[in-house]
Amino acid sequence: MDSGNMAWVLISAALVLFMIPGLAFFYGGMDRSRNVLNMLMMNFYCVLIIPILWVVIGYSLAQTPFDNSFIGGFDSFFLKDITAAGDGMSLATIAFLGMFAAITPALISGAVADRMKFSAWAIFVPIWFLLVYVPIFKWVYGGWLGQRGSIDFAGGTAIHVNAGIAALAAVMVLGKRRTAPSPPHSMPLVMIGTGILWFGWFGFNAGSALAANGQAAQAFMNTFLAGAAGGLVWILIEWLRDGHPTNLGAASGIVAGLVAITPGAGYVSGPAPILIGLIAGAICCYAVRLKNKFGYDDALDVVGVHFVGGLVGSLLIGFFANPTFFEGSFDEGIFYGGGAGLLIEQAIANGAAIVWSFVLTYGIMVVLKKTIGVRVSPETESTGLDLAEHGETAYHGAQ
Amino acid sequence: MKLITAIVKPFKLDDVKDALKAVGVQGITVSEVRGFGRQGGHSETYRGAEYKIDFVPKVRLELVVEDSGVDAAIAAIKASANTGKIGDGKIWVSTVERLVRIRTGEEGPDAI
Repeated sequence: MDSGNMAWVLISAALVLFMIPGLAFFYGGMDRSRNVLNMLMMNFYCVLIIPILWVVIGYSLAQTPFDNSFIGGFDSFFLKDITAAGDGMSLATIAFLGMFAAITPALISGAVADRMKFSAWAIFVPIWFLLVYVPIFKWVYGGWLGQRGSIDFAGGTAIHVNAGIAALAAVMVLGKRRTAPSPPHSMPLVMIGTGILWFGWFGFNAGSALAANGQAAQAFMNTFLAGAAGGLVWILIEWLRDGHPTNLGAASGIVAGLVAITPGAGYVSGPAPILIGLIAGAICCYAVRLKNKFGYDDALDVVGVHFVGGLVGSLLIGFFANPTFFEGSFDEGIFYGGGAGLLIEQAIANGAAIVWSFVLTYGIMVVLKKTIGVRVSPETESTGLDLAEHGETAYHGAQ
Repeated sequence: MKLITAIVKPFKLDDVKDALKAVGVQGITVSEVRGFGRQGGHSETYRGAEYKIDFVPKVRLELVVEDSGVDAAIAAIKASANTGKIGDGKIWVSTVERLVRIRTGEEGPDAI
């Protein structure tokens, strides 16, 4: 492995880490001012606990041996036998993948905003990581879903669909907020968070080539275009439907486009990233309203953006995958001469991830609810989680 | 001595301040407040969901003037804060029983 590849993977890993404050601001700005610090802490907590768990046991169970179908083993417990000798590329890759492990549970935090006890979140994150994230990651990368032929370049199924459906299960156990939903307390914070997320997403997607090559360059281009297309279509729909193009609409559409291109970033080319961004942006713009129809309280629309966007993007690979362009060994999509085979495999892979993630997340939340409890007290919910759970106030002198 | 309290639209604050200075007012206290009158609130739409904003931002001015200066001050505020649209605000006047300048201990109209 040459030093160029090594440099790109290391930089990409740092870019993915930067997405965590990006996500924290994106969610925190949308939250109410009395709960913004709790939201930031739920996100930052993930990057306190997951890196350690990843190195101790997560990587070993998620990746070694690579050919295991369902779960890895203990061969790389505490990164045993992995050394800096040679090119050190495996160390760089483990660090890069560790960043993905850290941001995935953080995605769920937006759904449980305003009411989840921090102690319950602190226990939920490591358990969810070991029981849900690690197995699904194994199935998709090297395991039975990957072996069957489904593809997931940077984590559409393994990360966004997985975290998105987990968010739905979590809020079903957690229940609705007692107080009425509030408008975002700081749109500027949402916008800077969105900018940081997009910036970091270049590492997330283009870094997933694990090399500084043409596939990385196309993944970079796709990340550029799908985010733009998603944001553009969302504000156009709002403008026509609600009368104004909003900043929150632009931010939501950018994220929806980025989520949707993630699984196909290294597999699609030409007009595909624009079309995927447009389709996902339009669908998510309507999907975020489903919670009102079905009555689940997904506070910041993790289901409507990450689950729906990830699923749409993953299924669209079945149409747009273009192995000729990449000289790759994956199947062709329907628009590039393939049959429905790849689309069916994408559906099976997402179906398996959805069932596992939903059932186990629901179970983890029920156990937490019956033991330590998952909700803050009604008083804390109305006076704010920042002071009650963390002893801090975000904005002194202003409410 | 009278205390004049006025609620005005925030973007009119500078005009009101200039108008009051022009009629000889020497001090104003300003605070950012929220409230509603007959204008009611307004609604904002986020991700397609409408939120009713009941309390709209306003600016509250407080100034103490001699009885003889009340009419001029009210006229200045009325002229400078008026946009002709709903939500321009209100002015009310109340009697001040005692006024003290902290630094010198002066009391009454001398302390204005």
